[in-house]
Amino acid sequence: MSNCNCCCSQESKYFEKLESILKNYEGKESDLIPILQDIQAAYGYLPEDVLNKMCEKTGMFQTQVMGVATFYSQFRLQPTGEHVIKICFGTACHVNGAEKVADALADELKVKFGGTTEDGKFTLETVACLGCCSLAPVIMIDEEAYGRLTPDSARNIIREYYATGRA
Amino acid sequence: MDKKYKVIVGLGSCGIAAGGLKVMEAIKAKLVAMGVAVVLDETGCMGMCYKEVLVEIINPDGKSYIYGNVTPDKVDQIFDAHIGQGQPVTEMVVQGSDISTNEDSFFAKQQRIVLQRCGKINPESLDEAIAMDAYKAIEKALKTMTPEQVAEEVLASGLRGRGGAGFPTGMKWKFAAASKGDKKYIICNADEGDPGAFMDRSVLEGDPHAVLEGMMIAGYAIGADEAYIYARAEYPIAIKRLKIAIKAAEERGFLGKNVMGTSFNFKIKIKEGAGAFVCGEETALISSIEGKRGMPKIRPPFPAQSGLFAKPTNINNVETYANVAYIILNGAASYNKYGTEKSKGTKVFALAGKIARGGLVEVPMGVSLKDVIYEIGGGTSSGKPFKAVQMGGPSGGCIPANLLDTIIDYDSVNKTGAIMGSGGMIVMDEDNCMVDIARYFLSFTQSESCGKCTFCKIGTNRMLEILTRLTKGEGREGDIELLEELADQIRRNALCGLGQTAPNPVLTTLKYFRHEYEAHIKDKKCPAKQCRPLIKYLILEDKCVGCTACSRVCPVKAISGAPKKAHTIDSSICTKCGACKEKCRFSAIVID
Repeated sequence: MSNCNCCCSQESKYFEKLESILKNYEGKESDLIPILQDIQAAYGYLPEDVLNKMCEKTGMFQTQVMGVATFYSQFRLQPTGEHVIKICFGTACHVNGAEKVADALADELKVKFGGTTEDGKFTLETVACLGCCSLAPVIMIDEEAYGRLTPDSARNIIREYYATGRA
Repeated sequence: MDKKYKVIVGLGSCGIAAGGLKVMEAIKAKLVAMGVAVVLDETGCMGMCYKEVLVEIINPDGKSYIYGNVTPDKVDQIFDAHIGQGQPVTEMVVQGSDISTNEDSFFAKQQRIVLQRCGKINPESLDEAIAMDAYKAIEKALKTMTPEQVAEEVLASGLRGRGGAGFPTGMKWKFAAASKGDKKYIICNADEGDPGAFMDRSVLEGDPHAVLEGMMIAGYAIGADEAYIYARAEYPIAIKRLKIAIKAAEERGFLGKNVMGTSFNFKIKIKEGAGAFVCGEETALISSIEGKRGMPKIRPPFPAQSGLFAKPTNINNVETYANVAYIILNGAASYNKYGTEKSKGTKVFALAGKIARGGLVEVPMGVSLKDVIYEIGGGTSSGKPFKAVQMGGPSGGCIPANLLDTIIDYDSVNKTGAIMGSGGMIVMDEDNCMVDIARYFLSFTQSESCGKCTFCKIGTNRMLEILTRLTKGEGREGDIELLEELADQIRRNALCGLGQTAPNPVLTTLKYFRHEYEAHIKDKKCPAKQCRPLIKYLILEDKCVGCTACSRVCPVKAISGAPKKAHTIDSSICTKCGACKEKCRFSAIVID
């Protein structure tokens, strides 16, 4: 690091969160998934440089870490928008018209599933089941669930977010 | 002592999603404004998800009234009348001690063993659980029974694994008990991955102690001192309540070293899953706890011989463990009096889809599907004819209307081609296309296939391709036969349960709704009028009054026409989103 031109104090600050996460673990193989979960909770996603640093510190291999990070759907390798919309594609939602709700949202936000809007406000995702089947079809924006939706009412939720300045 | 009113708000995931926390806030404010002292508490799922938000008011004399569809703006009315004047608002009560309501049949055929405390206790209060017999069974086992007697009692009860496969639980325990080893593990499979299933989540959220106690009893029976609960990360409330329950049990000496003053040691840890359906398979789940990709392994060795960290391990699911304390406390005979010859006890179902009364129900084995769907569930929510019920999620199948007399036990359900599964029951009406349902499940299993074995990895892909082209109107002669051939190969050759059962949704829909497949292929029509490439939206000239409501709601401006004149839809632009049909008040828009 003799020719380092980065701002080292900032860099160490960036990795501070990782350091404090690793303090809670011995760094065994069985700690890998909880460590990745903690990193994602702290950074919002799994940044490559943080993963590399984690490998350095624990002695885990990058291939092993990436193998696990890409296997489980919970882990993101890209940052998300300000709000994450999860569209439930569970069976109850499916038979109650989730696809139409999903298409309406994709059209309203002009974004594909898995993508983030140009203004960085929303990430649109589909999930297997949110478990509130009696409210089908359901979406969840951040931690808040919206149930018994129609394509129309789903669009209105987004418009409401923009109109009230929440997005 | 002056008795007070007790007010309980249902705060399971469903209740919270329906706005339970806002109702709770409104109640708190109202109570302050009224200046009355009542006991305000919360509970887990009460079962009637279709009436969320649910609020129970228990009078000082013990009479109880459950209010349904409570919103913050109804709180004033309910509390002024019920607590202010002592007059329950009967028209809003869905269940009451001395009132009969339209909803009473929801509970009439139910028998609650697993859910006995669910919706009755505050899941975050150990004392409330103890007041309803929690931890009495483990005490009885530790102090009056040998481990062999415990396993024998569970075997005698006839309890079979509630995760879906139905292996006798007592047998499984005996295998693990017989395995030699200085260290053994108990695992609770709480990776409830079937879309449309929420039984385990509701149990964990509503009565975590029932699961912990079942695991402890299993630990005593097989000689394990350490346990893991592998829970879906998508279940934050369940995980939070489990953590609270474990901590409370530790502080009370129920978990840890020398449980209840005996020589039995037991600790329970929670492992949060990271989102992989295949981790519901036991060997994949073990790999995941070990920090690896959750890929299944060839059995044998079975986990009972070599499981977690290569030690003998017993794995059961949430509902299975939640049955155990009842069996030990009351004896096998009081459990196996419920059920059929080969399926004993009760089963919890998550009733959802196009059902009038969706929710969490527990019935004795042996009742018919018709009982559950019509008596308890109240039939279809749309009022349209019932078409099929899907049981067993992606591993299960669709049971048609003419088989609704099928009774609920492992063997009878298996005979239909579906499986008991973990308890998801999704009701469909005539508007649901069976080819589309098959495609839906295959797209799920295909994307969740771990990729280890070829039959599952490639086979499910090929099946999905065929089903997708059928729903697009591009089906070819011979597609049905090809689907059947692929299904047969995958079923026989896939490595794990995920692959072996993946063809079931296709096979059952082919068996009972073959004509729908044929219509998609030969006539390029979707009889249920659901597959969008095969349908067209039309405006009936004689019914259209030209109100322009449809053209205003159309997101792609496909509808044109002068006000007060009949409109037309340009099908080259129309995306078939259905918004116009929903908006039309004159039934002038039809699907061809």
